[in-house]
Amino acid sequence: MRMTALPPQFKNWFAQRGWAIHPHQQAMLDQSDAPALMLIAPTGGGKTLAGFLPSLIELSEGAHDGLHTLYVSPLKALAADIKRNLRTPVDEMGLPIRIEDRTGDTSYTQKRRQRADPPHILLTTPESLALLTSYEDAPRIFKGLERIIVDEIHALSESKRGDQLMLALSRIQNLAPNLRRVGLSATVEDPEAIANELARHPDPCAIINADPGPDPDIAMLLTKEKPPWAGGGAKYAIPAVLDEVKKHKTTLIFHNTRAQAEIFFHNLWLANTDDLPIGIHHGSLAREQRERVEAAMVAGDLRAIVCTGSLDLGIDWGDVDLVIQVGAPKNVKRLVQRIGRANHHYNAPSKALLVPANRFEVVECVAALEAVKAHDLDGDPKGPGPRDVLCQHILITACAGPFDADQLYAEVTTVGSYRTLDRAAFDDCLDFCATGGYALRAYDKWKRLLQNADGTWQLRDPRAAQRIRMNIGTIQDTDTLKVRMKGNFKPLGEVEEAFAATLTPGDTFLIGGQVVRYEALKEMTVEVTRRGDKTPKIATFMGTKFANSTQLSQRILRMFRQEDWPNLPAHTAEWLALQRHVSKLPEADRILVETFPHEGRHHICAYGFAGRNAMQTLGMLLTQRMEELDLDPLGFVANDYATLVWGLVPVNDPAPLFTASHLRADFETWLSGNAVMKKTFRGAATIAGLIERNLPQSRKTGRQATFSSDILYDTLIKYDPDHLMLQITREEAMRGLVDFGRIEEMLTRTAGKIDHLQLDRVTPLSLPMFLEQGRIAVAGAAQDRMLEEAAERLIAQVGVE
Amino acid sequence: MHAPQSVKEQNMNGHDFILCGTRCTALPTGALYLPDHGALCVSDLHLGKSDRIARRSGVMLPPYEVQVTLEKLQTDIDRIDPQTLICLGDSFDDLDAADSLQEDMRLLLTGLQAGRKWIWIEGNHDPGPVDLGGTHLAQIKIGTLTLRHIATPEKAEISGHYHPKHRVTGRSRPAFVYDQDRLIMPAYGAYTGGLASHSPALRSLLGPKPIAVLTGKRAIAVPLTETPPQAHPRGMFY
Repeated sequence: MRMTALPPQFKNWFAQRGWAIHPHQQAMLDQSDAPALMLIAPTGGGKTLAGFLPSLIELSEGAHDGLHTLYVSPLKALAADIKRNLRTPVDEMGLPIRIEDRTGDTSYTQKRRQRADPPHILLTTPESLALLTSYEDAPRIFKGLERIIVDEIHALSESKRGDQLMLALSRIQNLAPNLRRVGLSATVEDPEAIANELARHPDPCAIINADPGPDPDIAMLLTKEKPPWAGGGAKYAIPAVLDEVKKHKTTLIFHNTRAQAEIFFHNLWLANTDDLPIGIHHGSLAREQRERVEAAMVAGDLRAIVCTGSLDLGIDWGDVDLVIQVGAPKNVKRLVQRIGRANHHYNAPSKALLVPANRFEVVECVAALEAVKAHDLDGDPKGPGPRDVLCQHILITACAGPFDADQLYAEVTTVGSYRTLDRAAFDDCLDFCATGGYALRAYDKWKRLLQNADGTWQLRDPRAAQRIRMNIGTIQDTDTLKVRMKGNFKPLGEVEEAFAATLTPGDTFLIGGQVVRYEALKEMTVEVTRRGDKTPKIATFMGTKFANSTQLSQRILRMFRQEDWPNLPAHTAEWLALQRHVSKLPEADRILVETFPHEGRHHICAYGFAGRNAMQTLGMLLTQRMEELDLDPLGFVANDYATLVWGLVPVNDPAPLFTASHLRADFETWLSGNAVMKKTFRGAATIAGLIERNLPQSRKTGRQATFSSDILYDTLIKYDPDHLMLQITREEAMRGLVDFGRIEEMLTRTAGKIDHLQLDRVTPLSLPMFLEQGRIAVAGAAQDRMLEEAAERLIAQVGVE
Repeated sequence: MHAPQSVKEQNMNGHDFILCGTRCTALPTGALYLPDHGALCVSDLHLGKSDRIARRSGVMLPPYEVQVTLEKLQTDIDRIDPQTLICLGDSFDDLDAADSLQEDMRLLLTGLQAGRKWIWIEGNHDPGPVDLGGTHLAQIKIGTLTLRHIATPEKAEISGHYHPKHRVTGRSRPAFVYDQDRLIMPAYGAYTGGLASHSPALRSLLGPKPIAVLTGKRAIAVPLTETPPQAHPRGMFY
């Protein structure tokens, strides 16, 4: 391959800084004409510069007019960061390059000006870019575009934002035929898959691997105290963690959920007798508070930061020399990416410690450590491109002007994840956008899209474009409420709506590391006052819990086959040995089902190892079937490896409960009334443009009566069960919170083989289940029963008849 | 006079009460039955709402709300067989919607009207007469009560328009609210939604110690408390 030399200007600049060009930066330069190129590099390896270098060189002569390079990142903050970082070489070399960012935070006038007179380099997010393609003048804006750089593409690729971005690229590619695509990624398990998403199908995409640096130095934190049987707090490890913080310069302490981060931070602070500067950072905190912590961290003012995944992306980590992961990592890839971000010194190994929060997590942590050593990353293959995102793309396209369906279909199938989309499926989406796609009753007069005489499609009412633009994006609302101090406007952060619902005035809880007292809910804001208490009354608020990845579950099951466990701490090895002695250890190709009595209830514990979400769904399905069989289930609880059900009647033959055909049929029934499905439906319908998140001049209060989207779901289930939105909803139920796909995986793996053991007491492996939080009561008519009870209490309080 | 059979005797899970001397039963569907007069009253059907939303915004909701609403009304009528049916205004989302009712739905409505007196009270959405049979009135007096679309300071009144919803636990539900002098009906229409029971517009109409009757599987009466009700968990398991 031809070696592209750096122009003298650039050579000097590198020399002045005492830098040599990295091999992967040179490789990016050499292949800068490739239609698609993906760089996999650890942080600190000059990844961003590698991405921008070819554009800086091309633009250095000052000959290009208008937009040359688009940079897309998942975070607004990252776009702003990169703008600052790019200024250094551009200013120091005196290059005639205009760089601007464009995000949701950019002012209206600035945005207008950017459309009229685009900069050379525009830094933006997938949503802002999609919006830009919706304008009539998009062809003029993108005409001369040469390159698009997608940063953190591995993160975008995990969500619908990636699909939306790639659809936008297919549009832009038509407007800018010279467009070349560059992806920047962290280490992933399947680089080819991401490369195929990035490239225009069927273009090839070269992958450049930067030197990954030495393997991380990673181990389990050994403590004098044994981890508890259940729970996620890891309070037992506080002294050991504090010792490590003292030994290092800056430590990041990661948690899987915000709640755990809050509790850990609180406990750490109580034990922090040396007053070490320690901060907390998670996604529910107010932006100002997060920014304060980030600034302190970059300035090197903090010795430790207790955080969640919100610190994963984009932010410059400064001089972090230790990463501690509290709680089993659940996903090896995320762990590796996280650790890889520590230690900016390119050739020194990153240092990390895992802290299991409970006994079973000891096993999980050891499995994760082995996976990291074996470079065995996990990840589930992505499904085909989601159709709700395609519907939104069709509407966005219509905003820009009339379009030809054949041409749009051809364009969409150049997107990697939509390459297998058949014409009929595309037409369904187009029909949904045009007429609503209803089987029994058509909108004749008031279609959204009309077909012109020449066959092109356009908006019936051009004013609809404004509403479509206001609703661009695929990020879902997370039903959170702002929390603020009484009498103070500034928010402290957010809590889940479901958590707020459990509070009564006087309850105390943790937010941002302080104990606050719940006072009232005012206009969708939680009002609190400050409290000096040491312990909050309400220990936890909810947060997303990750499910153990399929690969990690498999590794654990393999570990169970060992004769003994020299690789595990004694307390955990003994526990597994005892389980093997009194019952047996679960195996990958069969489902172990234990039944035993405990405290007057009959228990059934099924070890399916399908991950938390799927095991939870399994609990729903099992109890539903048990109710039909008059087995009187009372409740269940699930974690990553098992589901435990208790009830009034012993289950003598559990095998029929696990028949694949039964489970699938029950799943269909369950879906129709399920709250998670309604939530999934709401998400898909919002993305597809059936429900509007934002309305023009929306009034915050007042007479505008809104109705629940649940009624739309119920109506469709009843009258139009094959409607596109329900098809999409069912498809999504295979993943995510319902995760029926992993139940299917479990059924395939075990092929109907059930080991049923009848025992006389709680088994060692099921013990943690009894201590697990999130027990769910089964009640057929639970909602009405609860409501009636609550009504009676209210009536008694008020004293009316 | 119509056989004064209370709905409770028919096991309809209703809530019986007396408003200004007239017996009332709030049904769990959101309809109100006046057993002494053989009258069934429903409010704010907003038929044709999906059509109007499509016309105005381009968003095309499942166009089945007329069917859902009329089928629900069919069930209530079949059970109670009222002599008189009163639609308390905003029966149509606008007058165009009334005119463009599809043929099968028009037939369904005609079937419901057969054999009984049918009164359309005018609402702010449907101020003019409709070409669909029945009598068109601004208001009607039944027993001691006056039925009209929008509440007035007058006592002994049943109205719609605000169509309250109320939350005790779980999701908020359409609800009747009443005090000594008046009753405000929930919306009967499938896509109509409602106004939160603690909103000032609604509270200013009510005297002390008002009662809310939640719709659902059973009509459940609760006192309307002063503080706004709390938010609620969305799903069963988070």
